[in-house]
Amino acid sequence: MDRVPILRIGDVLLVSIQVDLQDQGVLDLQEDLAEQLSSISARGVVIDISAVEIVDSFIGRMFATIASVSQLFDADTVVVGMRPAVAITLVELGLTLGNVRTALNLEKGLEILRGTRGRTGLEWAQPPPEVTR
Amino acid sequence: MTELGTESARLEIIGDDDVVRVRQLARSYAQQVKLSLVDQTKLVTATSELARNTLTYGGGGAAEIGIVRDDHRTGVRASFQDSGPGIPDLDLAMTDGWTSGNGLGLGLSGARRLVDDFELDTEVGRGTTVTVVKWSR
Ligand SMILES: Nc1ncnc2c1ncn2[C@@H]1O[C@H](COP(=O)(O)OP(=O)(O)OP(=O)(O)O)[C@@H](O)[C@H]1O
Ligand SMILES: [Mg+2]
Repeated sequence: MDRVPILRIGDVLLVSIQVDLQDQGVLDLQEDLAEQLSSISARGVVIDISAVEIVDSFIGRMFATIASVSQLFDADTVVVGMRPAVAITLVELGLTLGNVRTALNLEKGLEILRGTRGRTGLEWAQPPPEVTR
Repeated sequence: MTELGTESARLEIIGDDDVVRVRQLARSYAQQVKLSLVDQTKLVTATSELARNTLTYGGGGAAEIGIVRDDHRTGVRASFQDSGPGIPDLDLAMTDGWTSGNGLGLGLSGARRLVDDFELDTEVGRGTTVTVVKWSR
């Protein structure tokens, strides 16, 4: 199975999930990231999920794990680009992603890692459809 | 629960890749009955959780997914069946955060919140069947 590529931009590791990952693929990515974090001194990890159509408990757990692992290597993790439908579903599923930082998009995620902004939690591109209906 | 008609398909669940197939199949039926994007996402997420349970705890099994209709609604029904160990304490298993393995314990309870109808049949030593429906509105 193809592995999700990890790009290095300066001292940030960027992962963009573009396919519907099997559970093994999720675990592989987790390991690859830990490997990279241990070998270079990265300031942070950005996981771009703008192409991801669903986040279930397995992927959600990966975000939390990567966030914790990156902390051990003195790096921060930001998940960016969550689709509104995914966010609504996550909340209803009961997945809080408490220790995972999120940002609207890649640019904001990188800003957070540069430390110019400290906001955490969900940020919406627009209010969730069910609220405005 | 409403029965599946001819617009349905059956998938064996024996590996990781089958969980992905379940998601794809659920998505395609959800689009066919024109579920809203949010409802599609909820249904697909629920089926992903249930298919993984079938695989992890049921030791594999099968999914049957298809379109259901009643007098005034159309929906997608997904059923997950295994001949695994069954669930000894259902109340406990349905509790948010309870897991017998190393999950988050959100699959069953979360899936129930994400769908409109939820039915769970289990018998220790015989297996487990979970059936869910999401209706289009
Ligand atoms: N098909 C099944 N056969 C036997 N036991 C099951 C089955 N599905 C669920 N269970 C039991 O119910 C418990 C709760 O399931 P649930 O999906 O809510 O959580 P989990 O799978 O442990 O974690 P998560 O889904 O959040 O990763 C499981 O830990 C398992 O003991
Ligand atoms: Mg589960």
